[in-house]
Amino acid sequence: MIACAVENNVPPARPEATPRTGITWMRVYQISNGAPFPENRAAFIPILCQQCGKDTPCAAVCPQEAVEVDPATGIVDQMPQRCLGCRYCMAACPYHARYFNWWDPQWPPGMEKTLNPDVATRMRGVVEKCNFCHGRLHAARARAAAEGRRELHPGEYVPACVEACPAAAIVFGDLDDPASEVARLARDGQSFRILERLGTAPKIYYRTTRPWVRSGATNPCGAGNFARGPLRGRLSGGPSGSGQKEPAHA
Amino acid sequence: MPDDTQLMPRGVRRCSPHQFLLWVLPWSALLAFGLYSAGLCLVKGLNQTNMDNRFAFGLWIFLDLTVIALGAGAFFTGFLLYILKKSEFKAVINSAVVIGFICYSGAVAALLVDVGQPLRFWFTFWHPNVHSMLTEVTFCITCYLIVLCIEYVPIVLKNRKLSQIPSFLVFEFELHKLMPVLAGVGTFLSFFHQGSLGGLYGVLRGRPFAFREGFAIWPSTFFLFILSAAAAGPAFILLTTWLVSKISGKPLVRPEVLPLLGRISGILLLPYILLKSIDTLIWIDSTSPAMGFAAHQFYAWKPFGAWILFAEIVVFGLLPALILLRRRLRESPAWLLSAATLVCLGIALNRFVMTIQTLALPTLPFDPFMSYLPSWQETATFLAVVAYGVLIYSFSFRYLTLFPQEKDLSC
Repeated sequence: MIACAVENNVPPARPEATPRTGITWMRVYQISNGAPFPENRAAFIPILCQQCGKDTPCAAVCPQEAVEVDPATGIVDQMPQRCLGCRYCMAACPYHARYFNWWDPQWPPGMEKTLNPDVATRMRGVVEKCNFCHGRLHAARARAAAEGRRELHPGEYVPACVEACPAAAIVFGDLDDPASEVARLARDGQSFRILERLGTAPKIYYRTTRPWVRSGATNPCGAGNFARGPLRGRLSGGPSGSGQKEPAHA
Repeated sequence: MPDDTQLMPRGVRRCSPHQFLLWVLPWSALLAFGLYSAGLCLVKGLNQTNMDNRFAFGLWIFLDLTVIALGAGAFFTGFLLYILKKSEFKAVINSAVVIGFICYSGAVAALLVDVGQPLRFWFTFWHPNVHSMLTEVTFCITCYLIVLCIEYVPIVLKNRKLSQIPSFLVFEFELHKLMPVLAGVGTFLSFFHQGSLGGLYGVLRGRPFAFREGFAIWPSTFFLFILSAAAAGPAFILLTTWLVSKISGKPLVRPEVLPLLGRISGILLLPYILLKSIDTLIWIDSTSPAMGFAAHQFYAWKPFGAWILFAEIVVFGLLPALILLRRRLRESPAWLLSAATLVCLGIALNRFVMTIQTLALPTLPFDPFMSYLPSWQETATFLAVVAYGVLIYSFSFRYLTLFPQEKDLSC
């Protein structure tokens, strides 16, 4: 979350902001198996834009084409410069992975010198979200172009969260390349996607060997988690644990 | 206090300027306070509201959807009068146009405060996403508001003082010839934007509580919103006409007009309730389970239990429809007004469910239920729209001919 904020010039939260009005392109939820101590177990599930590939909910509803699905990368791009701030895309997103700038961005004096020059800051009244660090993608493309290449090498560009994760819990790559590691991992039995049955073809796969993690992360209200309540989500700033994810772009 | 009798329509009596001032002052104060609150939201930003990243829509969107449904009386009465040639509705058409104008202009004003970048409103026209229901809503509401303005102008120009200017009189006469065309255009636009407002939520695949299958590109809520708005519009005109008559202490329309409006409302409400029930059953049986959600679990979150569905369909739907369809009941003012009130409340409840309940329910399995309470700035802006409506209507009623039958009934 910190690497993401630093990379993408996400400003520090205002003192009056709440967990529901702050901006965190990646938000870590904690779930528990609901068992009493000492059998109690917890897992952390990072939620970021899932880069939906089919009937992308946010792209379809934006009235002024401020959301675009890049056909080359599969990345869902947000154009804050064109955003009206109607927030219809936020209502449409099943993952609540879109954030509105309720305030003008402000950095403590001196901290503005640490801003990433490759990423524009966003103004008050527009929506933003994870774009797999498009500043890094553009920089990698510029380097490749300078070398006379049209295609990027695998691993030449990775988002900041992938680079920063000390446990190497995040794998990033090209899902369309069957030989890539992400494509291989996405196919094995330990991987699953959240809210897959909505039919939006999210590109983020999560991995676990624990059935209760899989069940807690995938069974919506139909399984009873909704009403039963042991799997309570809460915002957490802690490191990711047994809930692993593998962002990948197609 | 200056005498304004010369500005009033001939043959009708209005309260004294002093009394009128006493009526207008509190509403003006409310409007001023609401404008101050809206100004805070525009200058300081939407952090003045209690909306957040989960409750991206709040009180204002609920207000917009509700007033636009209630304002549907303008297009539907125009359709009945000018297209179907039902001359009985001439008695309320002017009032319906003013109500429509108030509802639509109020909704557009609230929308402009509600968006994060109001100065970019024109982007939707410049970079329209033709697949978005909101684009359709924006285009149709803007066009229809222009139609309502054009329909309002002849009513204003018929003012006793203004009509003394010959060119105004000619202009009004020429505009009046356009009315059937405007009514047709208004009906077409209204059908689309009322439907698109329903489609706004019906297309949300990411919100299984609101998502509905449908016909071609339109979800079922598209058609349900058209029908429900057409049913609520006449009921709201009925209520406002009765209310204005009570407040002013004058008969405004012949006794048969209000029951007729009630009957129209009932005729439209019954098929709406039938279709809504079928739609709900399809959603429970197939749409929601296909997306991995058992529909009954949505109602496990209190206070939004299954009672809300029962209230919407039976108490605020079937019950008033049956009352309004029975001649004996609708000719009793108490039954008629109770039923019309239920219809309007039912539409408001439906819009509340679509906007607020949809956003309160979590979709992620590990996400909690969310609640939201509007801030005072949001509430005051909401009330400003109400005060604006009361003021526009009060001035229109005082100086313009909103009820052509009033003159004859006063004699």
